[in-house]
Amino acid sequence: MDTHAALYEQGKQRLETLRSLPRRHEETIFDKMAQHGITRRDFMKWSASVTAMLALPLPFSTLVAEAAELADRVPLIWLHMAECTGCSESLVRADTPNLDSLIFDHISLEYHETLMAAAGWQAEENLEHALETYKGNYLLAVEGAVPTANNGAFLTVGCKGHTGLEIIKHAADGAAAIVSVGTCASFGGVQAAYPNPTGAKGVHEVVSKPVINLGGCPPSEKNIVGTLMYFIMFGKLPALDMFNRPKWAYGARVHDNCERRGRFDAGEFVEEFGDHGAKEGYCLYKVGCKGPYTYNNCPTERFNHHTSWPVLAGHGCMGCSEPNFWDDMADFEKPLGRQLLHGLDATADTIGAVILGATVVGIGAHAVASVFAQAKED
Amino acid sequence: MSQRVVIDPITRIEGHLRVEVEVDENNVIQNAWSSSTLWRGIEVILKGRTPMDVGLIVQRICGVCTYSHYRCGTEAVENALGVKIPLNAKYLRSLMQTSLYMHDHIVHFYHLHGLDWVDVVSALSADPAKAAQVALKYTDKPIAAGEGELRAVQERVKGFVEKGQLGPFANAYWGNGTYKFTPEQNLIALSHYLKALEVQRVAAEMLAIFGGKQPHPQSLVVGGVTSVRDMLSPARLQEWKQKHAYVTDFIKRAYQADIVMAAEAFGTEPSVLGGVNVKNFLATDDFVLADGEYMFNGGVIMNGDLAGVSDINPDLIAEDVTHAWYSADNAQHPYDGTTVPNYTGFVERDTVYGKLPTLDGDGKYSWVKSPRYNGEPVEVGPLSSLLVSYARGNKVVVDAVNGLLARTGLPVEALFTTLGRTAARMLQTVIVADEGLRTFDALLTNIQSDEATYVKPEIDANKEYVGHAMIEAPRGMLSHWIRIKGGKVENYQAVVPTTWNAGPKDANGKIGPYEASLIGLKLEDPTKPLEVIRIIHSFDPCMACSVHVMDFKGASLSEFKVSPNGL
Repeated sequence: MDTHAALYEQGKQRLETLRSLPRRHEETIFDKMAQHGITRRDFMKWSASVTAMLALPLPFSTLVAEAAELADRVPLIWLHMAECTGCSESLVRADTPNLDSLIFDHISLEYHETLMAAAGWQAEENLEHALETYKGNYLLAVEGAVPTANNGAFLTVGCKGHTGLEIIKHAADGAAAIVSVGTCASFGGVQAAYPNPTGAKGVHEVVSKPVINLGGCPPSEKNIVGTLMYFIMFGKLPALDMFNRPKWAYGARVHDNCERRGRFDAGEFVEEFGDHGAKEGYCLYKVGCKGPYTYNNCPTERFNHHTSWPVLAGHGCMGCSEPNFWDDMADFEKPLGRQLLHGLDATADTIGAVILGATVVGIGAHAVASVFAQAKED
Repeated sequence: MSQRVVIDPITRIEGHLRVEVEVDENNVIQNAWSSSTLWRGIEVILKGRTPMDVGLIVQRICGVCTYSHYRCGTEAVENALGVKIPLNAKYLRSLMQTSLYMHDHIVHFYHLHGLDWVDVVSALSADPAKAAQVALKYTDKPIAAGEGELRAVQERVKGFVEKGQLGPFANAYWGNGTYKFTPEQNLIALSHYLKALEVQRVAAEMLAIFGGKQPHPQSLVVGGVTSVRDMLSPARLQEWKQKHAYVTDFIKRAYQADIVMAAEAFGTEPSVLGGVNVKNFLATDDFVLADGEYMFNGGVIMNGDLAGVSDINPDLIAEDVTHAWYSADNAQHPYDGTTVPNYTGFVERDTVYGKLPTLDGDGKYSWVKSPRYNGEPVEVGPLSSLLVSYARGNKVVVDAVNGLLARTGLPVEALFTTLGRTAARMLQTVIVADEGLRTFDALLTNIQSDEATYVKPEIDANKEYVGHAMIEAPRGMLSHWIRIKGGKVENYQAVVPTTWNAGPKDANGKIGPYEASLIGLKLEDPTKPLEVIRIIHSFDPCMACSVHVMDFKGASLSEFKVSPNGL
């Protein structure tokens, strides 16, 4: 594990490297911000909040600010595989409006099918041009799973009829880093649920390079932007958990930071949607919440400019940032406590069911999962 | 000598779409083929799961009209089980739908369709002072179109262009002669493109208030809605209303004005005047305004006969796969269809870009099936919804449509065009924004005396259930069909808007709306087919939605084979 000092030094060096790359825009980010009525002070406040979001000490906020300034030097290629475009939609919702749209156009977006103006032959040319020109330097973001059955023929993209599988392998070759955005690109997602008729796989299963996995269906806009920022700042992958998810976002269980956690500890549960407990904000474990088995920052960061998250809206977490959750955590409105998941639930279930009954199932699961989380950190 | 033009990927849509056209020596399109090049198999995956999970899973069919599938899947199960949800749940679902439409149509017009109308490069030579005056022609209170704002936008984009770094705007069909806005009009629209990025975020937050997040909200359950605390919180309700007012302001002062501006500038452009060649339209009752009262009406119009609008008969819906990459003998009703993938690949031939793999128009060529109503292709979408409501004499719709026609000086026939399709989407957004407040008020009244949001559904494992739901998604009429047996999903199918519009030709050689809309169109330059993109985008394609596969009664999953054929 990096010490903060070493990490800070690394970040500084990384920024020096970026500074030596050619600029894409003469105008600085501060000129642009001024046009939008954003002061340097606002910008530093924003940097501090991103720093906190990335779970870095406050002194790192100067690095964040510098990285934002230099961000336009990093070419980004974003590919769509077997997906629903929900992750792109999430990216487009990035909050803190003006500033994030600036960050967005300060990264040099070379290819993104949902947003780019070019189409057809000309779009394919853009991709080929970017893969060649920025070889070894581009950041590759992938949305969607890779169909592998039928030699990958369940997906072709472009006039030349290449399969998604061929395109991913080719694009991964020249990438400086690969980010699988969302559960589909990370772990196969919904199309990989049983019986997985298209042989859908996560990107890391079909390429031979390290891949950062951003679980979530979709991941919040903050987890996407934050991960891109980390790469831009440090030029390397962040610390990752056992499923290659950044620890800064996926290091804590949903359950541990949940706003209803006090209700759980007090044994106050929603028994049925719409009941007295539902109106009072009781714990959703008994109506299926998978927060105790799910690692993500949803309770602290929420979605859509901090507007809400599923548990606030009265529905349990469905575990969407975990591998195979469509199979392992179904059915979603019943407490898990009955399946072998991460090797911990059998214990929780047995102890809970045999000794004390339903409420304790949750507490048992919680206790075991905490130990598990600790082991994972180590 | 005819030439083949291949367009893949069609960008600025949801999903993977390929369109090919054949032009004659005068560059007039003689033949067209539309194909989705991705297959995911969600309905196969649904088989054997609990019906309670259906909504969450089918929602992942699409991350754009995400809420529509969630709601339709949930309501199909409720229909099958005979569950009657509380009034509050109906209102909350309707408010979420209102939020979705206000979000989705803005994103479509500005970020997906807009660059087919707006030449970004031309905007750079505009005079911002003059443009600010032009903006006043289309509304007396323009938004993001003052001289200073326009100048800032222009300078921002100029920085890109002067260094040859256009980012997402690179290598498009700029300068094509079918762009008709003046530089000043282009600058106004470009400014709105950027402003709309901000507005759409707020519109997404509206849905997240009652939905938990957007995309993929998580507050609907079979039997009702879970966001009861948000419903009972005056702060939350006010938050929705506040965001609603902000987004509505943009809709009225920018979106509406820009469509009037487009109608004027593009009023004689052939790729905008044609484009509706299948004159059959289908829409359903939707948007709950009050108990039993809807904002838009359902019905079927055949052959453009507005006087002959009739009720939908669900028995007349069937899907044909003659030219789709599946095997089946006949067109099948959604409750009883089969899906056996049968991929036959591409055929190599000469195109305007040299030798390329191309669609086999005589054989199978798409993962999209071809839905038919009583054997006929039909168009669905905002235009269909408005035409059906218009034909039904829905006063709000009649006034809105007639108002726009009067304002632009266009005849009723102008509705049956690409422009009509794009304008209908805007009119629908205005109506949804205005009328959605009636739903909001109905909710406020009802919660004074009734806080119910949920009824517990019961499933008898010894019974077999069949049900379906039809709703309006932003792209048109959506229906989900379910069969439940032994307490599990036995069979599932979604017949979605883009399937109706994008399907390949059927066994009788009848072609669907996408393909029909292109035939007869003249291209300025076949290597830069902007006109094709413009027409196809006017449908708001959503390909992941359309590439569905149903599970089939009587066929077990072990018999489900995925094998390459002719690859």
